[in-house]
Parts: sequence; C-alpha cells; structure tokens
Amino acid sequence: MRLAQHMAIASERVTATAIDATEFPELARAYQVSGVPKIVINDRVELLGAYPEPQFLEAVLRGATDPAGDQ
Amino acid sequence: MPILQPRDEDAVRTEFARIAGPVKLVVFSQELVAGDLCRQNEQLIREVAALSDQISVEVLNPAIDKERAQAYGIEDVPATVVEGARDYGVRFLGVPAGYEFSNLIDSIIAVSSGEAALTDDTKASLAALAGDVDIKVFSTPT
Repeated sequence: MRLAQHMAIASERVTATAIDATEFPELARAYQVSGVPKIVINDRVELLGAYPEPQFLEAVLRGATDPAGDQ
Repeated sequence: MPILQPRDEDAVRTEFARIAGPVKLVVFSQELVAGDLCRQNEQLIREVAALSDQISVEVLNPAIDKERAQAYGIEDVPATVVEGARDYGVRFLGVPAGYEFSNLIDSIIAVSSGEAALTDDTKASLAALAGDVDIKVFSTPT
C-alpha cells in the first residue's frame, strides 16, 4: 500500500485504496484474491506480492492505458 | 479498553514528530451495516488522532451524508479517508490494524506535507498520466 498511497499523493489522477480482504470477502472474491498483497490497477492490471518502485510504476502506467483507446 | 498499547502510542508519537501540517481523518461508519467493525475502526482512528494535535477526525454515515460519501467515492464501511491540504485519494477500507497500521501512520505523515516519497523519475511519469488510475491493494490484518 505504501507505494500506491505515495503515488496518490504525487498525482491528482491516482487514488489508492487499501482493502482488508478478510473484512470484505465479497470484494476479495470479485477480484479473485488468492494471496496478499494483491494489487489491482484500473480493474485490468494485477500484481501479486510486493514489487519495487520501477516495476510497480510500470504496472500503473500499463493500467492507465486503455487498450480500447477510450480513456 | 484501548486498542493501542502504551508502547505503540510511544512509537507513533515519535513518528508523528514529522507531521508537517493539518491532517483530517474522515471516517465512514454505519452501525446497521457493520456495527462492530465500524466501532473498532472509529476507536482506532480516534486513538491515533489523539497522538497529535495536528490530526482531526470527522465521522460520517454514508446513509445520511450521501453527497459527502459519493464525493469521496465511499460505498462500503468501515472506511477512512486520509486528507491533508487536499484529498489526495488515500483510503482505507476496513480497520487499518496489523500490517496496514504502519501504512496508515505513513500516509498521515505523507499527506501532512503533500510530499510523496518517490523517485523523480516516478513523479515525472505520474505527472504525465492522461487518465485516472484507481489502485486497490488487498491485504490481510496479519
């Protein structure tokens, strides 16, 4: 969560929500959380585990790019 | 009975020496939906806020304060928004205990200054974002 929240602070475009998977089992099921931490970016890019800043950023940028081009 | 032990409070107070400005913790609670968890969350947030005179707490009920909840994008409870000079988009869904507790403390300090602890390269890439990015981080308390 730390990197995500600092990215939210750095950019008005980014929001970061920490979700307790045990308190919100329906959300965890909807996002197929089988391990933690699981990171979901714009509902289309997923990471499992902790990643260093450059790899996390790469995933965020990938998530920000809509393949349909309608962002 | 307090959630934070005296040694936790001492450690957090030491961290909070770095708070650079006012921080507001906006708590969303709804007794009828998740009474126990909402009470626990509210208590934890108030105990944390009591450790610095720079932190204020506002408690809202999404069923009553619908417009505020919508503006913050809050649909579930308990939820907490960590706000500094502006709403930076930092939210906790569930009680930020265990592993997430240190992130709560870190986010309070970070929003108090608005300074993100990221490399210049990361900041430059984020500044060029053309669309909104929603990051969900699922974790467990332990």
